[in-house]
Amino acid sequence: MIFLTIGTHEPFERLIRAIDEWCGTTPNPPKVFGQITDEGMAHHRPKNFEAVARMTPKDYNLKFQQSDLIISHAGMGSILTALSRGKPIVVMPRRGHLRETRNDHQFTTAKHLGDRPNIFVAKDETELPALLDRTLETLGQHKQAPVSQDAPPQFTAALREYLMTNTFAPNGIAHGQNGKKSFET
Amino acid sequence: MSKMPHVMAISSTGGHWVQLMRLRKAWDGMKVTYVTTDPGSGELLRQQAQEAGEAAPNFATVTEANRWQKIRLIKQLLQITWVLIRYRPDVVVSTGAAPGYFAIRLGGLLGARTIWIDSMANAEELSLSGQKIGKHVDLWLTQWEHLAKPEGPHYLGAVL
Repeated sequence: MIFLTIGTHEPFERLIRAIDEWCGTTPNPPKVFGQITDEGMAHHRPKNFEAVARMTPKDYNLKFQQSDLIISHAGMGSILTALSRGKPIVVMPRRGHLRETRNDHQFTTAKHLGDRPNIFVAKDETELPALLDRTLETLGQHKQAPVSQDAPPQFTAALREYLMTNTFAPNGIAHGQNGKKSFET
Repeated sequence: MSKMPHVMAISSTGGHWVQLMRLRKAWDGMKVTYVTTDPGSGELLRQQAQEAGEAAPNFATVTEANRWQKIRLIKQLLQITWVLIRYRPDVVVSTGAAPGYFAIRLGGLLGARTIWIDSMANAEELSLSGQKIGKHVDLWLTQWEHLAKPEGPHYLGAVL
């Protein structure tokens, strides 16, 4: 199964339409299940795959677990969840100039993370069908170990250190009693 | 070693929350109050705590709002004020967006130490709230090393 998710906040009709079309034109398309927001359901209810507006975190986790491939906007939530489940993810970024989100941060996310294993980027809907076909054909080769559920230990250790002692060492910056920043020389 | 602080970890639901959850090891064993905009996250936290044989953490929800929904923003602000007064955390930590911004501004006024970890989604410039929070937050972090500056935001690592 393919799980299509576009995040909890805004609709993403360009992606929904592209997937609907792809399902309609691909011979024997795989089963697709989509989470596409309330507005998404109202504007373009998919004809060729099953979709719901929203899901509880529990159901969302379950669908993720059951899927072989994730299709998503280039949101950090979807990307991190896919990687920590060891699932390949095809992302298409929302664009600022199309008012799909407030700016092009998803485009830059895709640019900066697109070369990592298990992340496949379609810049727009024209690139999507071929990328999907290619990714599905080679799905078996994309078996990656899930990344850890936790941030790298150096990062959480540094934060913990700050929580416990009110200082952090790497840049030699200390925080005084009044919470004001002071620089150690 | 100082006494373990009471940490309030707060963010909107979705990607910000997923990133906040990846930082849990930082406050492992400390008293924690989680705040987000989706009640379903609380159910999941309780379930995970039960599976780990731990006490369920404090959990509160606030109204979801983006920067164009003024009435909802005001409601969210009032709810966050209440949550801060009720739980009185020693530290407020957030990955964004609006709820984290409010909680850090108000939490700071109430004497809590504050940490802003700008979302990893902002690889080429800080989020708007992330830029605005800089002069109000004790520890101001970006998750991209190339965005770090000597005067902040600083870089300590990323959730991935």
